[in-house]
Amino acid sequence: MLYFAAVFLPLLGSAAAGVLTFLAPPVEEKERRHRYDTAAQWLTSGPLLLSTVLAWIIFFDVTMGGNARTVDLFTWIDSGALEVSWALRVDSLTAVMMIVVTTVSAMVHVYSHGYMHHDRSIPRFQSYLSLFTFFMLMLVTADNLIQLFFGWEGVGLASYLLIGFWYDKPSANAAAIKAFVVNRVGDFGFALGIFTVFVMFQSVSFDTIFAAAPDKADATIQVFGGEFHALTVACLLLFVGAMGKSAQLGLHTWLPDAMEGPTPVSALIHAATMVTAGIFMVARLSPLFEFSDTALAVVTIVGASTAIFAATVGCVQNDIKRVIAYSTCSQLGYMFFACGVSAYSAGIFHLMTHGFFKALLFLGAGSVIHAMSDEQDMRRMGGIWKSIPVTYALMWIGSIALMGLGIPGLNLGFAGFYSKDVILEAAYAAHSGVGAYAFWLGVLAAFLTAFYSGRLIFMTFHGQPRADEKVMAHVHESPMIMIAPLLVLAAGAVAAGFLGYAYFVGHDTVAFWGNSILVLDKHPALEHAHHVPTWVKLAPIVVGFGGLILSFVFYVAVPSIPGALANFFQGTYRFLLNKWYFDELYDALFVRPAFVLGRGFWKAGDGALIDGVGPDGIAAATRGIARRAGRLQSGFVYHYAFAMLIGVVVLITWYLLSHAG
Amino acid sequence: MTHFPILSLITFLPLVGALFIMAVRGDATVVAQNARSVALWTSGVNFLLSLVLWFNFDTATAAFQFEEKAEWMPVFNVTYHMGVDGISMLFVLLTTLLTPVCVLASWDSIKDRVKEYMIAFLVMETMMVGMFCALDMVLFYIFFEGVLLPMFLIIGVWGGPRRVYSAFKFFLYTLAGSVLMLLAMLAMYFDAGTTDVPALMKHAFPVAMQPWLWLAFFASFAVKVPMWPVHTWLPDAHVEAPTAGSVILAGVLLKFGGYGFLRFSLPMFPEATVMFTPLIYTLSIVAVIYTSLVALAQEDMKKLIAYSSVAHMGFVTVGAFTLTVQGIEGAIYQMLSHGVVSAALFLVVGVVYDRMHSREIAAYGGLVHRMPAYSLIFMLFMLASVGLPGTGGFVGEFLVLVGAFQANSWVALFTATGVILGAVYMLFLYRRVIFGKLTKESLMKIADMSPREMAVFAPLVVLVLWMGVYPSSFLDVMHVSVADLLKNFEAARAAAETLAVAAN
Repeated sequence: MLYFAAVFLPLLGSAAAGVLTFLAPPVEEKERRHRYDTAAQWLTSGPLLLSTVLAWIIFFDVTMGGNARTVDLFTWIDSGALEVSWALRVDSLTAVMMIVVTTVSAMVHVYSHGYMHHDRSIPRFQSYLSLFTFFMLMLVTADNLIQLFFGWEGVGLASYLLIGFWYDKPSANAAAIKAFVVNRVGDFGFALGIFTVFVMFQSVSFDTIFAAAPDKADATIQVFGGEFHALTVACLLLFVGAMGKSAQLGLHTWLPDAMEGPTPVSALIHAATMVTAGIFMVARLSPLFEFSDTALAVVTIVGASTAIFAATVGCVQNDIKRVIAYSTCSQLGYMFFACGVSAYSAGIFHLMTHGFFKALLFLGAGSVIHAMSDEQDMRRMGGIWKSIPVTYALMWIGSIALMGLGIPGLNLGFAGFYSKDVILEAAYAAHSGVGAYAFWLGVLAAFLTAFYSGRLIFMTFHGQPRADEKVMAHVHESPMIMIAPLLVLAAGAVAAGFLGYAYFVGHDTVAFWGNSILVLDKHPALEHAHHVPTWVKLAPIVVGFGGLILSFVFYVAVPSIPGALANFFQGTYRFLLNKWYFDELYDALFVRPAFVLGRGFWKAGDGALIDGVGPDGIAAATRGIARRAGRLQSGFVYHYAFAMLIGVVVLITWYLLSHAG
Repeated sequence: MTHFPILSLITFLPLVGALFIMAVRGDATVVAQNARSVALWTSGVNFLLSLVLWFNFDTATAAFQFEEKAEWMPVFNVTYHMGVDGISMLFVLLTTLLTPVCVLASWDSIKDRVKEYMIAFLVMETMMVGMFCALDMVLFYIFFEGVLLPMFLIIGVWGGPRRVYSAFKFFLYTLAGSVLMLLAMLAMYFDAGTTDVPALMKHAFPVAMQPWLWLAFFASFAVKVPMWPVHTWLPDAHVEAPTAGSVILAGVLLKFGGYGFLRFSLPMFPEATVMFTPLIYTLSIVAVIYTSLVALAQEDMKKLIAYSSVAHMGFVTVGAFTLTVQGIEGAIYQMLSHGVVSAALFLVVGVVYDRMHSREIAAYGGLVHRMPAYSLIFMLFMLASVGLPGTGGFVGEFLVLVGAFQANSWVALFTATGVILGAVYMLFLYRRVIFGKLTKESLMKIADMSPREMAVFAPLVVLVLWMGVYPSSFLDVMHVSVADLLKNFEAARAAAETLAVAAN
C-alpha cells in the first residue's frame, strides 16, 4: 500500500492538473485563472511532497531495515511462456532511485511555482511534470524487463512533451521529435535485448533471469547469422537502450537540444533522473552484465569516451544550459564506466550525488536566466554576482560539488568529491586495459570539468556586465519559492557524499545494497579502490584545482586568452563548437536519405512502377486491346473470311501437331 | 442446435434495420433523420447483443462456439454453418463496435442520400460479421465478396473528387484476388468433398496441391491485408472514401486478410505455409520499411495514415507466419488494436476535414491553440499508433516481435525498424498539424470538438487504454484457440513427414 501510494500519487496529481487544464478559464481573466493555476500547482506538488516522504520512509525501511519486497498488482501481458505482471519491486537500488526521483521532482515542482509564474499553461506544465515522475517511478520499481520498458518509453514521452512544451517554437518542436526518435533508436536495441533474454530464459522477470543467469554464463545463441555468447549479445543490445536514454556517445545528440524545454524540466529530466535511467538499468541488470566481460568492457569504453567527448564540447559552448547539458552527458559517462569496471554502487552513488548538484546547477541557471530576463547566452551576462548573491553562492556550491573539490587530508568535501573520486579509483583498481583507459580519460575529463565549471561561473557572474542596461536594471534575486528548493538541493550537494559514502561504497556497503547488485569475486575493483596509491587519490583533486585556476586565468585575469586561442586553433575550436559535427553527420546519413527515399518510393515505386505496370497499365492495355478489337469489326466480309481461314489453319495445325506425337 | 441462434441474429439484425430504413417514406429531411436514428439504434443494439458472445464465451475450449448448422445446398454438401472461436470472436466485437461509431461519425457530415448511405453501412455490417462467423467456405466466400459491394458504393457515391477511379481500383484489385480464391475453393471441394471449414481443417490436402491452393488464397488475402506490392489501392481508396468509409476499411476490412491467413492458409496448408514463409517475411519487411518511408513523404493526412496502416499490417503478416504463440497472438492483437487505432485516426482526420474540407497537412498548423481537446485525443491515438507501452498498439507489436525473434532474428531486426520509422512519421505529422503558431487565417475560428464528436471517440479512448494496460481481457480469449492451431499445425506437418518418408 505504501509502495502503491508512493508510485501512484504523482499520477493522481497529474490527472487532476490535466483536468484543470481543460477547465481553466482563458488567460485574460487574470483573477480566476490565477486561482486555477495555483490549484494545479498544489494539486501536483502536494501529492509529490507526500510521495517524497513515503519514498524516504521506504528508503530507510528497505536499506536499513532490510525489507526488500515486491508487490504484484495484476497480470499485464500473458502469451505462451511470456508472462508479465504489473509489479512494484523495491530493493535498495530501487529505494535509492526513488528518493532521488521524488526529492528532486518535488523540489522542481515547487520551484516551478515561481519559475513558470508568467507562463500561459501552468496546469499543463505541472501535469506533465507529475506524469513524468509517475513513469520514472514505474521504471525504477519494475520487476521485469517489459515494465522497465514501459517506464522507459513513458519517461521518453514525458520528455517529448516537456521539451516541446512551448509548442509555438519550431526549435522546441524539432528538439522534442529528435529526443523521441533518438531514444527510439536506443529502444530498438533495448527491445531486441529483451527478446534475446526471453529466448534464453523463457522469462523476462528479474528474479527468474537473475537466478538462471549463472547457469547460462557460457551459453551461446544463434542470432543474426552467427553463434555468439548469449549474455554478451543480450547485454550489448540492452546497453544500446541505455546509451539512448543516457545520451552516450553516438546517441547523445538529443540531449543538448533538449534544453529547449523550460529549465525546471532540464533539471529534473535531463540532469537528475531520466537520463540516469541507463545507469540504473545496467546496475539493475548487474547479474547479467557480470557474466559478460565483453559487454562490461564496451560499457567502460563508451562511458569513458563520452565523459571526455562531452567535456571537450562543454568547454566552448556559450549557452549556459548547454554547458550544463554537456556536463551531464560527461558525468553520465563517469557513471557508466564505473558500472563497466563492476563498481555499480559507485556509479549509483555518483548518480545520487549528481542528481542533487546537477539539479541545483540547472535550477540555479534557471534563477540566473530568470534574473536576466530570459537570456541564456553567457556572452551577454557577467558582473551580476552582487545583484543575485544567493543564486551566486548556490551556483558555487553546485560547481564545487561537480568539480569534485575537497580537502584530501581530512577527506572532507562536497558530494562530487566522494563519488567521483571513488569512481576514478575503482577504474584504476580494475587493473585492466579498459580500466586504465577509463581512468586516464576520466582524470582528463575531471580537469575539463573544473575548467568549464569555472568558466561558467566567471563568465556568468564576473567581469564587466555585457547585457544591455534595461536587462541589468531588472536583475533581481528570485523569490523564496524558487530559492527554498535550491537550498534543499544545496544541502544534498554539500552533504550527500559525506553522509552516503560509508553506505554506498564504504564499509557498510554490503548490508546497504543487500541483494540488489551483484558483483562477482573476479571483479573486485571497488574493494581495491580503497587501497590505491596516494597519487591516484590525489590526481582528481589536483587536476580539479588546476582546471579551476586555468579558468580563472582565462576568464578573469587575462580575458584575452580564450579569443586568441580560438583564433589560433580555429579548426579545433570549430570542431568543438559544432559538437564534433555529429548533427551534420546524422543529417546527411539518415535524415535526408529517409525523406529522399520516401519520396522516391512513393513517386517512382508506388506511382510509376506498381500502379504504372499494375492497375493503370492493365487498364490502359485493356483499353488498347478493346480499341484494336473494335477496329477488327470493319464490316468488310473479306476481313471476316480471312480471319476464319486463319482460324481454321491454326486449329488444324494444332490438331495435327498434338496428335502427331 | 439447441441454443439460441445468436450469431445469425447478430449477423442479420443490421439487414433487418436496412430493410426498415428502406421502407421509410416521406419528406427528405425526416427520412434522413429517421435513417440515422434507425441505423444508430440497430447497430447499437447489435453491439450490445454481441457482448453476449463475449460474456458467454468459454475460454477453456478451442472448439467453435455458438455453432449453428442447417442444411442449405444438400446436393453439394453445403451447409449454413456459423460459429466463432478465440480467433474470430473478438473481430465480431470489433465490427459491431465500429459500426455504430461510424454511424455517429457520419451524423452531420453526410448530407446527400443519407438513407442509402445508412443502408449501405448496415448491409456492410451484416457482411462483415457474417464473414467472421462463417464456417462454410461457400458462405464465407459470399460474405467475403459481399462486403465489396457496399464499400464500392460508399467510396464511389459519397467519396471525394477522384472517387470513381479509386472505387474501381479497390473493386478490381480485391476481386482479381478473389477469383483465384474461388478456383482454389472449387479444387478443395473436389479433393475433400466438403465445404465445411472445420472439416477442411482436419482434411490433409496433398502436399503437391498445397502450394497452388496456398498461392490462390494468398492472392486474395494479400490484396486485403494489403501486402506490398499490391497495396496501392489502399491509399487511393482511403483518400477518396468518406471518413466512416475509411474507418471501416482500415478498422475491419483490412483484417479480412490476416484473419483469412489464420483461418485457411495456416491450418489447411501447413506444408505450403512453411514453404512460403520466407516470401511472407520478405514482403512484410519491405512493406514495413518501404511504406513507413513513403508515409514520411506524404502531404495528405489520410494518405499518411493509409500508408501507416500498410506498415502496421506488415507486423500482422510477420506475426502470423512466425508460427509461435506470441507471434500469432500478437498478430491477432495487432489487428484488433490497429482496428481501434487506425479507425480513431481516420476519425481524427475526419473532425478537421468536416470543418475545413481539406486533408492537406500544409493547410493546418497550430490547431492546439483552438482545439485542445482534439489535440489531446489526437495525441493519444498517435502514441498508440507509435506503439507506446500502455496503449493497445504496444502489446501487438511487441508480441509479434517476440515471436519473430524466435523464428528468425533478422526478421525481428528489420521489422523492428518500423517502430523507429513509425515514430518519425507520426510525430512529424502531429507537429505539422497541431503544434506551431496559429497563423493561417482560415483556422482562426475553428471550433473544438462537439459533444457528439467526443461521444464518438469515448469508447475508442477507453478501449485503447484498456488494451494497453490490461490486455489479458483479450488475450485470454485467444490462448486456447491459438494453442490448438499450433498443435494441429505441428501434427499435420508431422503426419505429412511420415507420409513422405513412407513414400520413399
